[in-house]
Amino acid sequence: MTQPVFDMMLIALVLAAGAWSILARSMMTAVIVFIVYGLLLALAWVRLGAVDVALTEAAIGSGVTGMLLISAAARFARDPAALRLPSLSSRALAALLASGVAVALGSLALLLPGDAPSLAAETMRALPESGLGNPVAGVLFVFRAFDTMLEKVVLLLALLGVWSLARDEAWGGAPALKPLVQPQGVLPLLARTLPPIGLTYGIYMTWAGADVPGGAFQGGTVLAAMWILVVLAGLAMFPKVTSPWLRWAVAAGPVVFLLIGFAGFLSPGLFLAYPEGYAKPLIVVMELALTLSIAVILGLLVAGPPAGREAR
Amino acid sequence: MMLDAFTTVMVLAGAFLFMAGTVGLLRFPDKLSRLHALTKVDNLGLGLIVAGLIPQGGVLLALKLLCAWLLVQLSGAIVTQLIGSSVRDSNRP
Repeated sequence: MTQPVFDMMLIALVLAAGAWSILARSMMTAVIVFIVYGLLLALAWVRLGAVDVALTEAAIGSGVTGMLLISAAARFARDPAALRLPSLSSRALAALLASGVAVALGSLALLLPGDAPSLAAETMRALPESGLGNPVAGVLFVFRAFDTMLEKVVLLLALLGVWSLARDEAWGGAPALKPLVQPQGVLPLLARTLPPIGLTYGIYMTWAGADVPGGAFQGGTVLAAMWILVVLAGLAMFPKVTSPWLRWAVAAGPVVFLLIGFAGFLSPGLFLAYPEGYAKPLIVVMELALTLSIAVILGLLVAGPPAGREAR
Repeated sequence: MMLDAFTTVMVLAGAFLFMAGTVGLLRFPDKLSRLHALTKVDNLGLGLIVAGLIPQGGVLLALKLLCAWLLVQLSGAIVTQLIGSSVRDSNRP
């Protein structure tokens, strides 16, 4: 009885937050409501039983994206002249395209006759062969491993995109994100207390992701958040973008993924196939390497392009 | 039966605090008093709900709920300090 009521209220809240975020006059208000919207959406995913998606939505859709949007909005608040709004017609076109996609997907999901085609039953049948317990991890690393690999490469390209915004003379420096000026020192207290918990939790999320909801992306996001917290509190600095360990940490995930993928040619003879009985250990190795790369890349995305010496 | 009654009372009390805190957040005149309303929700409101839910599960659930509450305490206290000090700095002539 109470569950439909709760669901209807949740839907109303999601729609209201979405509309508010679009219609808000100030950019900062829109961004903060967008973060709330992401958290409400995560609740909706939990109600649909998709805990993996909910964790990702909260961590990436709301957390990391929210932080990127906040820093962009703060930058335009400091320097309003830099803000060039697109013309009304191109905004109208974007709105039309976005709502067109939403309406098309919604009508396909709701109006098509018969049950939606699903591979869920086959996935569950084949899952025990991989040794994994979480069907989402099974899809990501066994059935659709190629897609997952390309996803990680996209992350790498996004980082290159951010870095390419650096001015020539700033290249080789450390990223622009500076510590908050904090005379009282409450932030350093948090940055000393929270990381032990966050590091344990982030690694646990990756480790447990093979059998229960969780995984490299969610765990990596928690690790990235701890890194950013420590830097914001002024307890550590971002390394220079030319630092060799940084480059290796960024590349570790895709490199390990590709190495294990190519090793599949030796046994059992296919790219990204795992030798019998070794699927789970290999996947855990891949997930750990990916977690490191995701954590470092997300941290660096938030940190922004390298800034010149005069900016620091 | 007794435990269910305990849960109901505690969760309702927690929900009442959430509502009161929200009303305070919307109605209080300045930023510092709004912050004051918010902190009551963070520690007492959530604390009552956690206390109410603890008898509904095993020891593991109780520990998880307590950890969640403690983490919210930590971040809540520190975020409140941060917002408070930034309000004070912006009020300074």
